[in-house]
Formats: sequence, structure tokens, C-alpha cells
Amino acid sequence: MAASLAEKELAQLIVTSLNLEVSADEIEPDAPLYGEGLGLDSIDILELSLAVSKTYGLQLKSDDEDNSKIFSSLRSLNQHIQTHRAK
Amino acid sequence: MAAFPLISHSKRDQVFAYRAGLPVSVAQFLREVESLAQILPERHHILNLCADRYRFAVGFSAALLRGQTSLLPPNYTPSFVARLGQSFPDMYCLADSEVQLPDIEVMQYPQVPVKDDAAMPSVPAIPAKQRAALVFTSGSTGHPVAHPKSWGSLCKGAVAEAASLNITRNSGMAVLGTVPAQHMYGLESSMLIAMQNGLVLVAERPFYPADICAQLAALPQLRCLVTTPIHLRSLLSESRHLPAVAFVLCATAPLAPQLASEAEARFGAPLYEIYGYTEAGMVASRRTTSGAAWHLLAGVGLVQDENGSRMVGGHVEIEAPLSDVIAGNPDGTFTLHGRSADMVNIAGKRSSLSSLNHHLNEIPGVRDGVFFMPDDSDGATKRPLAFVVAPGLRGEDILGALRHSVDAVFLPRPLYFVAELPRDSSGKLTRAALTQLLERCAQK
Repeated sequence: MAASLAEKELAQLIVTSLNLEVSADEIEPDAPLYGEGLGLDSIDILELSLAVSKTYGLQLKSDDEDNSKIFSSLRSLNQHIQTHRAK
Repeated sequence: MAAFPLISHSKRDQVFAYRAGLPVSVAQFLREVESLAQILPERHHILNLCADRYRFAVGFSAALLRGQTSLLPPNYTPSFVARLGQSFPDMYCLADSEVQLPDIEVMQYPQVPVKDDAAMPSVPAIPAKQRAALVFTSGSTGHPVAHPKSWGSLCKGAVAEAASLNITRNSGMAVLGTVPAQHMYGLESSMLIAMQNGLVLVAERPFYPADICAQLAALPQLRCLVTTPIHLRSLLSESRHLPAVAFVLCATAPLAPQLASEAEARFGAPLYEIYGYTEAGMVASRRTTSGAAWHLLAGVGLVQDENGSRMVGGHVEIEAPLSDVIAGNPDGTFTLHGRSADMVNIAGKRSSLSSLNHHLNEIPGVRDGVFFMPDDSDGATKRPLAFVVAPGLRGEDILGALRHSVDAVFLPRPLYFVAELPRDSSGKLTRAALTQLLERCAQK
């Protein structure tokens, strides 16, 4: 499934805030962000959580939901943001 | 024979830990340690992976009671754990969640039934010379290098640390750590500092700024935060209201002085840094806003001669030379002039560039390769990058192979494919040549 507009924006935020070498449209919406997929680690997740907070006004918390589930893919992270972002 | 008590708490009904918001008494902790010690397997070496700091402390203590040594590796990659298993064939693992490690017997942390009516257990005394832990670094060829820690040395260090931070013993202060207990800083400053000074350990390890604030606010007013520059920076930029603390303790990487001043102003409390290295553990502390000089912990001395700098005395067991460049000051303090060029330290994880290079060049198809650490003097977290000569290999092949032997934080970012490395006539790679190569690669 192709990336939605919101997912593309989030992919761009990930690439910019983490200085990644890949371009935003190379990030597969369903591929894992952690480990084997995009290769992000816990320091990236902390950096990314700051960028998400600044851009979407949403503070991530580990007790919201299973952390590894939120960051399992671009799609699931985007879904979490769209559901919980400041209205 | 000299011995040190497992914990220094003076009353049995004193709070020993907070776990999920609930207090655990000293008596309850001691009974849990006793129960677990009875069912640990008959081995000499334990890899304690409990993420819950309270359970880690129970496992560490039960192992001490049984004369077992806790192993603290620098990373948990399959390759390093396998090498550890070769060096310590009787090693087993204690875990409180599912672990995926090859060929190791895993004991799940048991639900120990704790009876309240049992007689008050006494505080066990552990021989000072007993080997409590082996802390590992990764040698230049990736092999584990062990640094022994005796129980007496760990106890003396924890008491000296508390004294240097002006901590009142048995004050009941709660210690919240954002670092795991499984490396030297976390072991010393989030667990042993509580056990050996009558403070209260906190089981949780919050990650996001919102979690750190919520966890702090849920603790009684007398509390402190043990953290790293990365967590501190995100906490300051993210959280508008910071809960009051007695002090903030920071270590693992140099903290920018502006960040230290901001932290002190926002928390309304002093910010201390701890300086240490694996061989000796922590050896000095400073209040960052009071100046750049480091103050040695009680009993520790600095020796500088033709063999370099080393720490002696106090809780220091091994007089290993320091890899950092330091200068002693007349008043007994010292100033740090530069970190060792070979050491990479990211979020408390340490590796040497030579070890990273070894793993890179071990990959089939890599003809030549080198890791490079960009300048991090601006205070931002920098990642190592790498240049590789590997026609026929793709980036994901190399990253996939490295992931097996190198901790994820050290994976090269980015990985540059080049035709050849700028080696000089003697085959050496200078920092200047690599800096130029980086400029050329970055322009493309």
C-alpha cells in the first residue's frame, strides 16, 4: 500500500530530525523502524519523540501503549500520532 | 576476614525500594533475596538481565549470597554473548522477560511468595574480597576483557560517592535512574548508592521526558535523578514543569556547561557529574556550574609519571592507566583535556574504534574499511561513520553483518562506499586525510 500524505510528512520529519541517509520516499510504510528495518535505536526514538512533540504537539509516553508497537512501522507511528495529537 | 553488609539500612521496616508506586520494606527485600538464593542453580557466573531494577538488585544480592559473580558485558549482541559463553561455560541468565540469546540456560525470575509473618531476616555480610562482578570491555579484536570488582571495592565506592554528593545516609531519599543497572554507572549510581547508604531504590527506568517527570512526581519529595546528557537534554526541551529534586546526577558523556546551568535553574537543584572508567569505576565528581575541575572521591589519588596517569587508593582495585588526557591541579583536583581518540562513547555505551574496525574488516567481501568519529565539540550526539572498500557488497549486507557483532548505537551512519582509503606511505590513516575524504563524500 502506498504511503498517505500524512505518512509522507512523517517520513520527512524522521529523515530530517535524525539526519538519515535515506530519502523520505524510500521509507516503506510497513517496514519496521527499529533494528533490521530502518535501523533506528533508542537514542533515535528519543530524538524523534522530541520532533513529534514539536511538530504535532503530542508527548509520547511509554505507558500509553506498547512502545515497540507504536514504533513498529511508519504506518503505526502515524496512526498513533493522528489518533492522539492535540486537536 | 573483613566483610561488608549487603545493605546499610538501619531499620527492618524502612522502605528499601519503590516498585510500581508501592513501597517494598527492607525485611521484604531480604526475604526475597533469601528465597531466590535458595533456588539459583549451582554455578559461578550469572548474566542478570532483569530490566526491573528491584529484581536486578534481588538477583545480584542472591548471587552474592551464593558466591556467584555477576557478568556485565558492554553489549548483548549475539557475537559478544557467544564469546562470553565460551569464556564462562557455566554462565546462566536470570531474566524477567523473554530473552533471545543463543545457547544459554535462562532462568525466569520467579514469583517469590513473600510471607509477612516470617521472622525478621538478618542482613547478610559478604566477604570484602568476594568477586561480586566482572565488568567487560570489548578488546581490539572484539574479545571480552574482564575487569573484576570485589564486593568491598563496590561498597567503599558507593559510600565515597554519596559523601561527594553531600548525601545524608539513611535519609530515605528515593533514587530514580534513567539508566539500566547493567553497566558500571547504573550499577554504582542507581543501585549500590541506594543499598550502601540507606537510600530508596526505584525499580522503574523511565525513558520519555513525560515518563521521567511523572515517575519523579509520584515519589516522596526527597528524591534525586540519575541520568545522562541525552535524557537531560530531551527532558529540558520537552517538559515545562520539572518536579523538585535534591540533585541531578549525570554521567557517561561530557555535559555542555549551558545545559548544566539550565538544568540547575529549572530543577532548582545542583547538578553533579561523575567521572569514571571501567577499570576503576567512578573516581571523581564535580558540580558542573562551579568549574571544570574534577574532585577526586575520598581516598582516591592521582598519580602521573612517565607511564601516564592512573588512579590509586580508596576503592580503586586496579591501577590501570587512563585513556583520557588529564592534568592534575595543585589543589588536588584535575582537569580533563581530552577524551581518548580511540574511545567512542554513545549514551553510556563504550567501544573502541579499533574494535569496530576489526569487526568491519572481518566481513567477507570487505577489502578495507575504517570507522571515523566526527567532531562532537558542539555537544550534540554524534554517531560514528565508516568508509568501506567493498565492491560487490550492498550497504544492507554490511550493516546486517555488523549488527551481529556491534551494538546498534555504533552502526555507521552513514556508510560511505569508496574506491580506496587515503592511506599514507606507511599504510596509516590520519584524521586529516579521513576528514578530507568525509568532505568529498558529503558533497556528493
